[in-house]
Amino acid sequence: MSAAGAVAGEAAGSGRGALTVDLRLLVQLAVIGFTFFMLINASALLVYAERKIMGFMQQRYGPYRVGPHGLFQPLADILKLLMKEELTPKGADRWLFTLAPILAITTAFAAFATVPWGAETTLFGLLDAPVKLGASDVNVGVLVVFATTSMGVYGIVLAGWSSNSKYSLLGGLRSSAQMISYELSYATALSAVILLAGSLSLRETVDAQAGYWLGFIPRWYVFLQPVGFAIYMIAAVAETNRAPFDFPEAEQELVAGYSTEYSSVRFALFPQAEYINMTTAAAVATDLFLGGWHGPFLPPEYGWIWFLVKVAAILFAYIWVRWTVPRYRYDQLMQFGWKWLFPAAVINLIVTAALVLYLDA
Amino acid sequence: MPETIAFYVFSAIAIGASALVIGQRNPMHSVLLLIASFGALAGLYIQLDAPFVAVAQIIIYAGAIMVLFLFVVMLLNAPQEDAAEWDRTHPLRQGVLARFGSLLALLLVVELVWALLGTSDVDRPVGEQAGAAGSVRALGKVLFTEYVFPFEATSVLILVAMVGAVVLARRESDES
Repeated sequence: MSAAGAVAGEAAGSGRGALTVDLRLLVQLAVIGFTFFMLINASALLVYAERKIMGFMQQRYGPYRVGPHGLFQPLADILKLLMKEELTPKGADRWLFTLAPILAITTAFAAFATVPWGAETTLFGLLDAPVKLGASDVNVGVLVVFATTSMGVYGIVLAGWSSNSKYSLLGGLRSSAQMISYELSYATALSAVILLAGSLSLRETVDAQAGYWLGFIPRWYVFLQPVGFAIYMIAAVAETNRAPFDFPEAEQELVAGYSTEYSSVRFALFPQAEYINMTTAAAVATDLFLGGWHGPFLPPEYGWIWFLVKVAAILFAYIWVRWTVPRYRYDQLMQFGWKWLFPAAVINLIVTAALVLYLDA
Repeated sequence: MPETIAFYVFSAIAIGASALVIGQRNPMHSVLLLIASFGALAGLYIQLDAPFVAVAQIIIYAGAIMVLFLFVVMLLNAPQEDAAEWDRTHPLRQGVLARFGSLLALLLVVELVWALLGTSDVDRPVGEQAGAAGSVRALGKVLFTEYVFPFEATSVLILVAMVGAVVLARRESDES
């Protein structure tokens, strides 16, 4: 909503006619709506992709009954979940029990608000002024994404606490400890890229990665920041509570962790938030490290195809890791986060800062 | 006009949530209301043309410190704050002391109003006073040149608190 307001203000300030202002606002609203729609689709598609890839890795078919190659399986899953009865456990904090999944899904969607996913385009000449592909463009975009993702922990923690169940509570506690620990490494890895790009805007960071070194190596920050990229990806897996760091819902110990007492739609919102968070993490990684929509062969108008390909590749790696690496032990997770990942991220940041300073001077 | 409405909405949330924080019996609800208050404050910072301060407010206070608060409340699992008998018969809640407390509160309010009335340039936009708050680059430059001593002193202070906490925690585990 604030994004639409900002665009309206910008358009009004440029002194164009009333009709153009309305058109620009409409186009921006359409882009926001499209982003929202694609995120919902991404979560449904990821459910399918996860089950299909898991099946492939375990040498079986995965879902194949509903629709061609089981493509409509997510729809069937959603329908099944909608039909279930909504239960609220006795002794649960009713308000917070309902608020928790809403918080989880809202923050998941909101985190994508400042992530750009395509170059400026006139939609093949349809519009007289280019429109930026992405819900909104803020000059502190990276920080907004980080701030919104860090709010996502409340959904899980509140779900754990309000359920009035020991498994849920343990899941919520683990989640808050884990996310605080890995947020540090996550933010420090981001800072190194911010130093390189010299900007907190995601769009400017992407555009700083246009072009090639020696004519064939793309100027992506992953080549300058291999350590930073690795740290970012590991921390992102922990942030989104995915295996091998899925302690908040470790089924062997905690039944289903924070979501044990949930059913029906309120339950469905948690995995959906998780999949959307994965998409956001992959999209931010693409923007910061993999050059966003810049790539060979395609004209800039079609840059969003590169963006989609890169995000899909990262998401595949996410799923691949989940079905390859077994879950850690909880103390190992903390040891790794504090004694290895965070120091590595700090050293990476200091070295980057020193090099940037040295090369600038 | 929309800005004025947004200002009053954010202010109402900030003040209302802060007032409700004190009134809650469940510490969990207090923590959540405090987060809502911080969120509204961040909205006010955005209106003051200081997006970086707003985002920092959310990352540090709402995203990190309050998660720790929540963590502690959950760990202690204190359901009802004033259920205990000693709490109602606490000496600070009796007669003269209680009245002295409300006098102090009143004094604080008077002092705040007096300080606000004494500030002459409240109605000037922040952007004019210090372009620093708006841009991250300018803010960083000011922090590391003009205010480098207070900045570093604060960092050391926080570090001392952290080391102290670690020492206290370790001693306890050694005894047991």
